[in-house]
Amino acid sequence: MNTVYVLWIRQLKRYVRSRARIVGALGQPLLYLLAFGLGFGPTFAKAGEGSYIQFLVPGVIGMSILFTALFSGVDLIWDRQFGFLKETLVAPVPRLMIMIGRTLGGATVAMLQGLILVVLCLLVGFRPAGWHAWPLAFLYMGLIAVMFTALGTAIASVLEDFQGFQLVMSFLVMPIFFLSGALFPLNNTIGPIKIIASFDPLSYGVDGLRGALTGGGYHFGATTDLAVMSSLTACLLALGTYLFSKVQL
Amino acid sequence: MELASGVPPAAAGMIQAENLCKKFGELEAVRDISFQVNEGEIFAFLGPNGAGKTTTIKMLTTLLRPTSGVVRIDGLDPVSQQHQARKRFGIVFQDASLDDELTAHENMDFHGLLYSVPRRVRAEGIERLLKMFELWDRRGDLVKTFSGGMRRRLEIARGLLHTPKILFLDEPTLGLDPQTRNQLWSHVRQLNAEQRVTVFLTTHYMEEAERVAERIAIIDHGRIVAQGSPAELKRQTGSETLEQAFLALTGATIRDEEASSVDQMRNIARMWTRRPR
Repeated sequence: MNTVYVLWIRQLKRYVRSRARIVGALGQPLLYLLAFGLGFGPTFAKAGEGSYIQFLVPGVIGMSILFTALFSGVDLIWDRQFGFLKETLVAPVPRLMIMIGRTLGGATVAMLQGLILVVLCLLVGFRPAGWHAWPLAFLYMGLIAVMFTALGTAIASVLEDFQGFQLVMSFLVMPIFFLSGALFPLNNTIGPIKIIASFDPLSYGVDGLRGALTGGGYHFGATTDLAVMSSLTACLLALGTYLFSKVQL
Repeated sequence: MELASGVPPAAAGMIQAENLCKKFGELEAVRDISFQVNEGEIFAFLGPNGAGKTTTIKMLTTLLRPTSGVVRIDGLDPVSQQHQARKRFGIVFQDASLDDELTAHENMDFHGLLYSVPRRVRAEGIERLLKMFELWDRRGDLVKTFSGGMRRRLEIARGLLHTPKILFLDEPTLGLDPQTRNQLWSHVRQLNAEQRVTVFLTTHYMEEAERVAERIAIIDHGRIVAQGSPAELKRQTGSETLEQAFLALTGATIRDEEASSVDQMRNIARMWTRRPR
């Protein structure tokens, strides 16, 4: 238990102490809200889809959690060679506990980043369906956070250094975000995109989050979203744990 | 405890390696090496770059599984009795393994938690060790504000918090200035004298090995080419200094290793994280 606690609290302390990084990481989602939300807003409304800000906010929250979670997972590459993680790998504690603690820590940080964004979105005029929408919304945010921290850990366990990281960004992370329906409604898009999006885990996370926050308006349906998100999170946790247990210094 | 004759008991050593081998695919990094380090001894592994020093340390400290051969750490097998073996040693890696964004005290405290050191013992140990390594006044400062020497001292202090019997130091003075190196070794010798901690170190600074170590093994191309006290090594090769002995044993060819991906990251780490003061 100590191990899980140490690795969790460590991530949290690091996060709280790096205020510049917190603010920096808010820049991109805010830019999306401004450029797309306000820029596209009128066009979106003319097409009969309603308020684009209402539509976009769940997507941008999902994006922010995706990036924060994935980076704290991938930070493993650095941490195992020059960081505290190396020290934990020779301590008399099971690897599984290290993995759990680190994932919880990364997910908590991603969740906090998402929560800050939620507050900012409320300030710029986003209105959820009601206060009862939040528990389910937080559940989806938590699932996105854990899922992508685990995915980041899995990727970092296989990568030797940051050389392959650009590849991962261009061909995995960016597509996960752009093709997830975070920015556009999947209902009215062309068939191929619909098919691709249905293979993108973030699609279900964003859809669930959007459905919860807007009170209905699911594309895949509430049950599907929850089922896909929970089972995929479990699978990625298992994969991350397995690959992390194979990491050699 | 010594026998009546004044000769230390010939019991099994604190560290034992017999016919140890490690292959990475075709590459034989460590080839059939055997040595023993006795309790309370300071033992140095000396060798050129890529000789197999770090690979050996990794095998001794449960991080790598030997291809063949036997290792015993205080009588324990690092492969089958991993956790018990890990409690017996502290280690300072070649690359820093502190958390820069945490304070010195937090780094110590988290280490104590990981090794299940009880709360009171932990608090006392942290105070004693930080005072001993002259870091107590800076205990509340983030490690990223520390100089290279302070970081090294903190790493050694941390490695001792769970009162290990053995301290492994992998190139602990790399990149430090002579004053800091000198001070570091004084600490290590003091520790060894007062608490009988067995020290296993690797270095490629001859004069350090000569001054600090009671016994030295010279390793080259994965083999131990000579071992003994500094005086014995000099006598064997008819050299005046250990450096001459070393060159006589390992030849004067320069070992150019290909830069691995870790080396490249190390360069980046140096650019970004070293903040000398």
